[in-house]
Amino acid sequence: MSLLKVEGLSKFYDRETKVLKDVNFEVKAGEFLSIIGPSGAGKSTLLRCMNRLVEINEGKVIFNGLDVGAMKKKELRKLRTNIGMIFQHYNLVPRLTVIENVLHGRFGYKSTIQGVLGRFTEPEKEQAFFLLEKLGISEHAYKRCDQLSGGQQQRVGICRALIQEPELILCDEPIASLDPNSSKVIMDYLKSISTEMGITCIVNLHQVEVAKEYASRIVGLKQGEIVFDGPSKLLYGEQIQNIYGMESRELITV
Amino acid sequence: MNAKQMRKNKWQTTIFFILIIIVTYLSTAITKFNFIDSIATIPAAFSWIFSNLLITEESLEKLPQILEKLGETIFMSIAATTLAAVVSLFLAIMGSKTTKVNQTFSVIARFIASFSRNIPVVAWSLILLISFGQNSITGFLALFVATVGFLTRAFIESVDEANQSSVEALTATGATYFHMISKAVIPQSLPQMLSWILFMIETNIRSATLVGILTGTGIGYMFDLYYKNMNYNLVALITFTIIIAVIAIELISNRIRRVIL
Repeated sequence: MSLLKVEGLSKFYDRETKVLKDVNFEVKAGEFLSIIGPSGAGKSTLLRCMNRLVEINEGKVIFNGLDVGAMKKKELRKLRTNIGMIFQHYNLVPRLTVIENVLHGRFGYKSTIQGVLGRFTEPEKEQAFFLLEKLGISEHAYKRCDQLSGGQQQRVGICRALIQEPELILCDEPIASLDPNSSKVIMDYLKSISTEMGITCIVNLHQVEVAKEYASRIVGLKQGEIVFDGPSKLLYGEQIQNIYGMESRELITV
Repeated sequence: MNAKQMRKNKWQTTIFFILIIIVTYLSTAITKFNFIDSIATIPAAFSWIFSNLLITEESLEKLPQILEKLGETIFMSIAATTLAAVVSLFLAIMGSKTTKVNQTFSVIARFIASFSRNIPVVAWSLILLISFGQNSITGFLALFVATVGFLTRAFIESVDEANQSSVEALTATGATYFHMISKAVIPQSLPQMLSWILFMIETNIRSATLVGILTGTGIGYMFDLYYKNMNYNLVALITFTIIIAVIAIELISNRIRRVIL
């Protein structure tokens, strides 16, 4: 059974420009899917439609058999609790400590009062430290996030997503602002999340090589339309050229 | 930008300066303000200040009373500012573009802020004097209202400047609106807000003196009283203590600012 189903999804911010045009695909549980495409292809918008950080205009997104677009506030909150998200710019609260930022991932399970007062249970705190340990940043737990390097901040972001105990993790260009070394570390962690913990991952990338190396399946997006959908080993030069257009291909080969 | 445009810009600057000189001349001519005459009176004014505004031993006897009133004024400004800060925080969150609940509340909050800000504190104390009478509540309220106006405006800016990305991240985890405000928006804008509050406490201690003259409370009342009795020695002492207090508060708040920022 598919975990996530996108049916005829369209999105426009204004009448003239459609960001997404009739997008259809399915994601099975446990899959490591990568969405590739040039900047402005609609990758981020597509990802944000899945947890409704942006509203859906046409079509449907179905998660676990429930229509995301029709959800009321309470259901939507439950859905978001079930879906972790990792961002290009990490999106941590810079002035707070690492451990506080990780625990923010538990807000989906908290009442307003509990959350505002920061009442977290012992098991939750233990889980937070366990995750920090697992991602190798437990010694920084009490440091402020703005004192950490980019790669370390992204690992905090991953911890925050994992502590939600999600079924699906959405990653919006997780390595776009990292150096090659940290990028490899982050991608390895994401891969192990999907294989060891069985969490489904959808990763937006613009580096084709990274996508081919890590993802089991690739969806190619060009100007809001799907132009490729298949196993990553079937993605050859010609299709890459189709996704990125001639000019960008020349840029990549240089 | 080409050579022709640069020459044009240069001309504009010249014309602008000439205009300023003309406007200055006209306004002095219309108000019959004579610049040279006013400069000529400065020596006389200073010699009056130095011969009359002297702190004598006799006036020092009144010092405990003055300090008591000064303390009252300082605490009134602190109380008015902190209470106003709490109200402003709510108004700012309602009024800010990024955290507003809906358009109506946002407009109401911005209207309250601009209404209370654009009426000067002197006008507020005179208006409130009529309805509340001559007591410290009036002074307190005048400071409070003007501070709410200013702080709301400043806080809205701090909230708007706070990074929106962590708000997005918290929304994605399933956090509620209040989680977002208390854990993402406020931690980011708090240092700036505290800095504004400290600035406002300094400003309010200065304004409290003026408000006190009008509403008959605190150190301002004492100043007014002795001034009208032509007891200039005491006036000098009061002025001196106010200056010392303001400088002390400024030093303290600068130190606090350095720690929090």
